[in-house]
Amino acid sequence: MHLDQLLQFIISGITSGSIYALIALGFTLIYNSTQIINFAQGEFVMLGGLFAVSLYSVTHLPLVLAIILAIAIVTIVGVVFERLAIRPLKDSSGITLIIVTIGASILMKNVAMIFWGRDPQTMPPFTGDTPINFFGASITPQSLWVIGVLILVVIMLQLFYKRSVIGKAMKATSIDPTAARLMGINTSNIVMLSFAMSAGFASLAGILITPISMTSYSVGGFLGLKGFAAAVLGGLGNPVGAVVGGILLGVLESVSIGFISSGYKDAIAFLILLLVLFIRPSGIMGSKLRGKV
Amino acid sequence: MKKWVGMLLVLIVPLMLLGCQGSAKQEQATSTSATEAAKEPFKVGAIVSVTGPSAPLGEAEKKTLLLEVEKINAAGGIDGHKIDLFIQDDQSEAKNAVLAVSKLIDEQGVIAIIGGTTTPCTMAIKDAIAKAQIPQMAMAAGIPITKAPNNEWVFRTAQSDAIAVQKVIGYMSTGLKIKKFAIIHDANSFGQSGATELQNLAPKAGLTVVKVDSYKTDDTNMSTQLTKIKGSGAEAVVVWGTNPGPAIAAKNMKELGMTIPYIGSHGIGNKKFIELAGNAAEGVVFPAGKVLVPSSASGEQQTVIQAFLDDYKAKYGEPANSFAGHAYDAINILTKALEKAGSGNEKLRTAITDTKNFNGISGIFSYAQADHDGLKTTDMVMVEIKNGAWQEKK
Amino acid sequence: MRTNRKPVIQSNWFWVLVYGAIMALLPLALTNNYYIKILIIMGINTIIVLGLNLLMGYAGQVSLGHAAFYGIGAYASAILTTKYGLSPWFGIAASVVLGGLIAYAIAVPTLRLKGHYLAMATLGFAEIVHVLFLELRDYTGGTDGIFGIPSISFGSFTLETPIKLYALVLIITLVALIMAINIINSRVGRALRAVHGSEVAASAMGVDTSKYKIQVFVLSAVLACIGGSLYAHMAGYVSPESFTLGVSITLVTMVVFGGMANVWGAVIGASMLTLLQEYLKGYDDYNFVIFGAILVLAMVFMPKGLVGAGSKLIQIATRRSTPIPETAGDSSAAS
Repeated sequence: MHLDQLLQFIISGITSGSIYALIALGFTLIYNSTQIINFAQGEFVMLGGLFAVSLYSVTHLPLVLAIILAIAIVTIVGVVFERLAIRPLKDSSGITLIIVTIGASILMKNVAMIFWGRDPQTMPPFTGDTPINFFGASITPQSLWVIGVLILVVIMLQLFYKRSVIGKAMKATSIDPTAARLMGINTSNIVMLSFAMSAGFASLAGILITPISMTSYSVGGFLGLKGFAAAVLGGLGNPVGAVVGGILLGVLESVSIGFISSGYKDAIAFLILLLVLFIRPSGIMGSKLRGKV
Repeated sequence: MKKWVGMLLVLIVPLMLLGCQGSAKQEQATSTSATEAAKEPFKVGAIVSVTGPSAPLGEAEKKTLLLEVEKINAAGGIDGHKIDLFIQDDQSEAKNAVLAVSKLIDEQGVIAIIGGTTTPCTMAIKDAIAKAQIPQMAMAAGIPITKAPNNEWVFRTAQSDAIAVQKVIGYMSTGLKIKKFAIIHDANSFGQSGATELQNLAPKAGLTVVKVDSYKTDDTNMSTQLTKIKGSGAEAVVVWGTNPGPAIAAKNMKELGMTIPYIGSHGIGNKKFIELAGNAAEGVVFPAGKVLVPSSASGEQQTVIQAFLDDYKAKYGEPANSFAGHAYDAINILTKALEKAGSGNEKLRTAITDTKNFNGISGIFSYAQADHDGLKTTDMVMVEIKNGAWQEKK
Repeated sequence: MRTNRKPVIQSNWFWVLVYGAIMALLPLALTNNYYIKILIIMGINTIIVLGLNLLMGYAGQVSLGHAAFYGIGAYASAILTTKYGLSPWFGIAASVVLGGLIAYAIAVPTLRLKGHYLAMATLGFAEIVHVLFLELRDYTGGTDGIFGIPSISFGSFTLETPIKLYALVLIITLVALIMAINIINSRVGRALRAVHGSEVAASAMGVDTSKYKIQVFVLSAVLACIGGSLYAHMAGYVSPESFTLGVSITLVTMVVFGGMANVWGAVIGASMLTLLQEYLKGYDDYNFVIFGAILVLAMVFMPKGLVGAGSKLIQIATRRSTPIPETAGDSSAAS
């Protein structure tokens, strides 16, 4: 085992892990405002990638415009979903809401199949595909985009929570919805905003990975599962935890493939996840216990 | 409350069951009245994976079956008998294929079944079809389909993995003249079957497999597996899978600066691979049916292939792939046998077994009592991707 | 049970009889083996969902990993009968014991978790089991699965035809149903409802919550294992893709769709969704579009499932006539 091989394993782990982290952030946002797990999160990732591909390669928009438009469309889908399916049920039990998100994910996935067909699609990397040598390991420009965007999103999210009025209101709502409502915060708008932001992050993740791993109508389930696992591993509701969980999961998978076998990588990743939960029942950076399921 | 719950139960369950039955009956009624004037139609069933992970394969097969049956019926059917085609979608899951086969046999009473698309789905329905004693035309490549017990009733129109692997081994040992290679394969049954066969045949050709690794169908990155292969001293890497995995592997190899030859499987025999892998697809060599390079086929087969490609393109506006070819061969071999034997179970099977020199899309088929695959290694060619197009690699 | 104080029509046992009679007589109207097989799948799903309904509705624990137990039952039966030539009865018995032991082993640490963490833990367990189905190739056949699984037989009497197997499945379904009703009406059932209401209060009242939760978890796992065994012997073939996260989610959906915390909800949810899925297969590409839409609409308009919606309708319709006092009690338990 050479050191540059190990470095390569870690680099490719961080790339996948950054994607998981971006998706996990979406789970965290919705969890904070509603305490539910949105099983349709992965479908937003899928929609983001597919809309971007279509806008870019069919309508020949410039790449930046295609990306912005794709994110905007998926964000609207997120808002519509919240209005039509989540808001009417705000007084129902958590499990009912989860089944709604499952139904919505089945619906979105299959509408996408009819609309975009069954074949995978791709688009070119944002800034070329000449790999960069990094101490004997290689890293692609697109991977740097993924990692860079993740860092940017986390910083902006922290600033948003700490500095902006809406961000503070969002944080207050996540800590105690009833108290927040009494303080005059419109919590139902906060829920809608969290769905919008969450769909936006997910679609961003979907667009970023399309040049690396292609996309198709069926990628949502798999990526959603990884994002959910990352969010729980890091501690639900904590954005920094989501990032830690995502990167850790990605690196764990990659190192398992490197040293054991790719067949067992999911088993190893989930085994470690279980061990973490048994030792710290609310994830690595999770705080107090909550949840209404 | 319990009272009403019970009531609901009593009312709804039988109603829904009746609904199922009613709709099925209606379907049958309309199909018979349409062909009342002609002789009783031949009912043929098909089980394909139109949705789920294998959907890109199954959809092409379904479209081809519809196209071919339409053509056969428009030409007056088989001896005056029209074909009634019943297509079931197994959603790429063996569990669904089990129920679908029961629906075709027990409810519709079909006289032959085409399918499945994938090896697990085909294996799941094989026993039930053999028990009902009707012929099955499988379109999947897995070796056990025609080798395991109960293979009297199953025939195959896809090139078996054994043939594709022989082509690849032959290319490496006599074409590339290398000694050591590595395998990276999809963890699904297609990839697993190819990898196992590669490992079986390699020593016989004097080749050593230095590394075997897999990836999950959904995986987004194969750099780690390829890094291991890079350090293993392999002189070529064989990638066994269907889109998009092999395209990701091709890109990852380029990123890692790996320049050893990339040899694919017949699972990348479609334009999509070239589109997805972009310039990483250049120089990739893989085994394929002659449908990809019609000029490599002999005169008569070339005409058949060209006619099919044109028909498919005219109807659906997209090029046919090799999976569509499997469906073409299945329905047309069956039709030929039906012309000869009519619908009798045993007679029909004998007629299929007697198929000789049938010019199909995937090759020239000659079945025999002991050979339900019907194809030879000469039915496949090695194809190279050059300037985004396919070329025969001689 | 307050059977003696209520008219017979309001007794659970009366409805068990009615349900049993209908399910036993249905095959007479359906001579076709395909419909009998659907009935078998309905029965198998009902057995599993009854257990999961107890776990979710009464113990308040969501499991996203029951496909694993379903699979363990199926594979235990498949391996013991095909590789070791043992009787299918031994396969079923072994799958029950194995499933029970595994369930107990994971229940102890897992049920300490709450809410989504518990759901994730059960999901993770199921993913690990799924990897084992794929990777322990010498036993499980990997992705190719195991075929040639024999039918169940009583001595020389083989249950090869679907109708005979259906009889067995129906008997087991009824036993599971009766057992579930008994549990709900027993001391354990009351304790479980207390757990669901408020765990802190329940343990303060001296209810050993973790013991009851573990018991129900093991019971639901064993029922899923039995379902898996029956499935393996019906289909004659098992492969890993039949036991994925999607299957776990479908089972949970059946519980909520029918109505949580109500045995009849489990029966109706499992039966209706099995039929719906089979019926929608005729709609080709629109199959899952319709299914997804139905699921969303059902939850938006009937958040308490079919049973909840049914009882609410009846409540509205009969409000002016005779009051039904026990309805209020039931619906509060169901929430």
